[in-house]
Amino acid sequence: MPSVLFTSVVWINSQKHWLYSRPFIESFEETPMLVAVLTYMGYGILTIFGYLRDFLRARKIEKCHIAREREEQKDFVPLYQDFENFYTRNLYMRIRDNWNRPICSVPADKVDLVERVSYDYNWTFSHTGRVVKDVINMGSYNYLGFSENKGSCADAVAEVTLKYGAGVGSTRQEMGNLDGHEELEKLVARFLGVESAMAFGMGFATNSMNIPALAGKGCLILSDELNHASLVLGARLSGSTIRVFKHNNMQSLEKLLRDAIVHGQPRTHRPWKKILILVEGIYSMEGSIIRLPEVIALKKKYKAYLYLDEAHSIGALGGRGRGVVDYFGLDPTDVDIMMGTFTKSFGAAGGYIGGKKELIDYLRSHSHSAVYATSMSPPVVEQIITSMKCIMGEDGTTIGKKRIQQLAENTVYFRRRLREMGFIIYGNNDSPVVPLMVYMPAKIGAFGREMLKRNIGVVVVGFPATPIIESRARFCVSAAHTKEMLDQALSAISEVGDLLQLKYSRHRILPTLDRPFDETTYEECED
Amino acid sequence: MIQTTKMASGQQWVLVEMVQAFYEAPAYHLILEGILILWIIRLLFSKTYKLQERSDLTEKEKEELIEEWQPEPLVPAVSNDHPSLNYDVVTGPPSHKITVNGKECINFASFNFLGLLDNERVKQKALASLKKYGVGTCGPRGFYGTFDVHLELEERLAKFMKTEEAIIYSYGFATIASAIPAYSKRGDIVFVDEAACFSIQKGLQASRSFIKYFKHNDMEDLERLLKEQELEDQKNPRKARVTRRFIVVEGLYMNTSDICPLPELVKLKYKYKVRIFLEESMSFGVLGEHGRGVTEHFGVSIDDIDLISANMENAVASIGGFCCGRSFVIDHQRLSGQGYCFSASLPPMLASAAIEALNIMEEDPEIFTILREKCKHAHKALQDIPGLKVVGEAFAPALHLQLEHSTGSRESDVRTLRSIIDYCLDRQIALTQARYLDKEERFLPPPSIRVVVTVEQTEEEIEKATSCIREAALARLE
Repeated sequence: MPSVLFTSVVWINSQKHWLYSRPFIESFEETPMLVAVLTYMGYGILTIFGYLRDFLRARKIEKCHIAREREEQKDFVPLYQDFENFYTRNLYMRIRDNWNRPICSVPADKVDLVERVSYDYNWTFSHTGRVVKDVINMGSYNYLGFSENKGSCADAVAEVTLKYGAGVGSTRQEMGNLDGHEELEKLVARFLGVESAMAFGMGFATNSMNIPALAGKGCLILSDELNHASLVLGARLSGSTIRVFKHNNMQSLEKLLRDAIVHGQPRTHRPWKKILILVEGIYSMEGSIIRLPEVIALKKKYKAYLYLDEAHSIGALGGRGRGVVDYFGLDPTDVDIMMGTFTKSFGAAGGYIGGKKELIDYLRSHSHSAVYATSMSPPVVEQIITSMKCIMGEDGTTIGKKRIQQLAENTVYFRRRLREMGFIIYGNNDSPVVPLMVYMPAKIGAFGREMLKRNIGVVVVGFPATPIIESRARFCVSAAHTKEMLDQALSAISEVGDLLQLKYSRHRILPTLDRPFDETTYEECED
Repeated sequence: MIQTTKMASGQQWVLVEMVQAFYEAPAYHLILEGILILWIIRLLFSKTYKLQERSDLTEKEKEELIEEWQPEPLVPAVSNDHPSLNYDVVTGPPSHKITVNGKECINFASFNFLGLLDNERVKQKALASLKKYGVGTCGPRGFYGTFDVHLELEERLAKFMKTEEAIIYSYGFATIASAIPAYSKRGDIVFVDEAACFSIQKGLQASRSFIKYFKHNDMEDLERLLKEQELEDQKNPRKARVTRRFIVVEGLYMNTSDICPLPELVKLKYKYKVRIFLEESMSFGVLGEHGRGVTEHFGVSIDDIDLISANMENAVASIGGFCCGRSFVIDHQRLSGQGYCFSASLPPMLASAAIEALNIMEEDPEIFTILREKCKHAHKALQDIPGLKVVGEAFAPALHLQLEHSTGSRESDVRTLRSIIDYCLDRQIALTQARYLDKEERFLPPPSIRVVVTVEQTEEEIEKATSCIREAALARLE
């Protein structure tokens, strides 16, 4: 129940605190009642206008920009039902300029955007030919700053491009298994601390093609409420029974596990063949970190298997950058299947799965990707190898270590400052993904546009990626951001927040000093 | 004031009546009502129980069940000599001359149809793109992952194929596997050829539609299915008006290397009002005067095909895939294609490599004729090998060599073919087996050797390869 009278920030400290070696602080402040009501009203008004505009378009009073079916195929069954696209036509179209913004430089800490204008209210865009230079990039997944076109990584990739070319032309099992792939897999296994690993060309496909190989009919998949589309698709394609537990809620998970084992399969009550728990390291829409120690304790108690998707957390969490397992100081062999992607912290593309040798041998012979999909491109493989060696410190420099530290500092600073300003920020204090709640549909578009005017590029998300009233702006902190850039971004965010009245938080934090308290502090306060 | 007192007295009067009625009621009536009231109170306060938890197990029994339950091992054990476990290792670039397991061979196994894997211009363009954009895109298309290179590639592909719009994916397998579920939902009907490749099968599985398979390239079988569907529709016209229908076929089939009868399919399309999705991974950049695929080969208007999907990993020698067609159809995937919305975009250097490959294809349409000539030559040369038969069209660049007489067990067939391949590898001809997932394929093709003809192979090399295969067949198939 959203409360009005008292503060409703929920500071969750785990119930099983002895499993955690460090404080686990996350918060998901409840939506203020007034804001919720206004948001629903906003959507209601937009829906009414949507119906009105559809009516006008149908009566040809308003010009129709929507693409139409061919004349010859007019009597075919319509390809789309009108109501399916209602949201796209009438709500998404209004604020469409906040997404798919084309860029024309490397997506590092600053990026150049291609300027585009629309003369027909976002139905079509045209490029003016100008470039918006040096926009601070708070939207790209560049956690460790390896997205760069200069430096040792880029030089190594250039060499490999000239030697090997861009494509491969065959699958892993046929003629596409290059020596670079084998080297990469050994390196990934060493990085994660597991026996063996296998790499795939696309992160999304890693989930959707390998979960069906691991679970099948007669198995049970317990999936978190807010899992990524690739995990959901993989679970569906496997043919297993899927049950969903509440987001990051260990009681819900334990209840499902107990019920599953005690009652067995529905109707026949045969015991389940195996139980697979699907969780993510960092959830990218919430900014929350999985309660891994408790999940591992549960998995051991109930003999289930754990599939951990570290798409956002690999490289971004942990003292040595080894992900959420390193962050909690746990043993990587406890996680049965460690999956992750190379897109976010390594500046490349693709995904990997790490685990015991039997698991990886099985995947080498039975994974859909190894048999039917082209293997990874050699330059991309080289980028991963060099960036991973840099993070591990094996290239002889301390760049990797510095970047990991810089990211952790940036994250803590950024989140603290935003909280102090009075915004509602979701998620764990240590997660570099920072969702800032916006709620109202009009503010989604306004926030994106106003930030761009101040030369900051942000990502805004609304329905259907989030629940309908919980639209948000999502910032991705990067190790490449300097403190000045973050300060610039923060002052712009504060300005826009005042302009759009986004500072909803009822829990005020007093601004802390950037340096420890000493005898000169009082002198400064006297004015 | 007066009204309220009147009302109060009225109420009092009603109360008196009630009490009087109470005294005058028969006893059984009162008892019955009393029991009913008590029953309602009991129902209101009793605990509701869900069906699943309605177990008679005690806590102790539950603990015992949890203790006793043993799951299967996560994965079944795979023996060390499983044929798909030990990969052939390629050291160095996978181009015309390829080093497999330490031996330098001529490449008859990679889908490098136009020989662009090793092309200097393509490599230089990729390098220039690397110097400008770096390697990764660090985001999906919607969140600062759209580069001007992607937009340029989409425009060029649309222009090349003479369609309105094109959309690119970062992974070839995911292209058709994301396109089909974007249009075909639960309740829709899809007619698919039996020899459809695995990515189509996965797309169909994700779509949850009704799938009807028709015999490979058998238009009569397809027409029979369509007629049956028409009869079904007449029984329930309301449902028929909202059920979408699709035919999914490939231009050149990967599993059988033959061509689909596109003109007949287009006739069936208009007769039965079904939409056609065409998968052209093996025929894009191969068939047709300018390499536009099977529509150009047959002279069919491109607007008659609703969606053409192809991957850029064969002729175009890059990574990824694309779909092209009218804006009405393609634009929908920008919000509903799972592999497009929820996945990072194609690295810009690979997109630049694809653009340069397209440039080369447009500048020099002669290579398609040369490729087809070489394919015909190879097809002819591979005839009359004792024990092996060639499966595929004469102009198809990727042929299958199957055993004429199977031993009856797939495992031993696979081993025999592997020994032929090993024999050829020793003599510097690189071949590979066509790989399938035995348990997952719906219609598992027989084991075969894949022979790929590329534009870079000379006549002598093709002759050498075919004589080597002939020797191997004689040596290993007695």
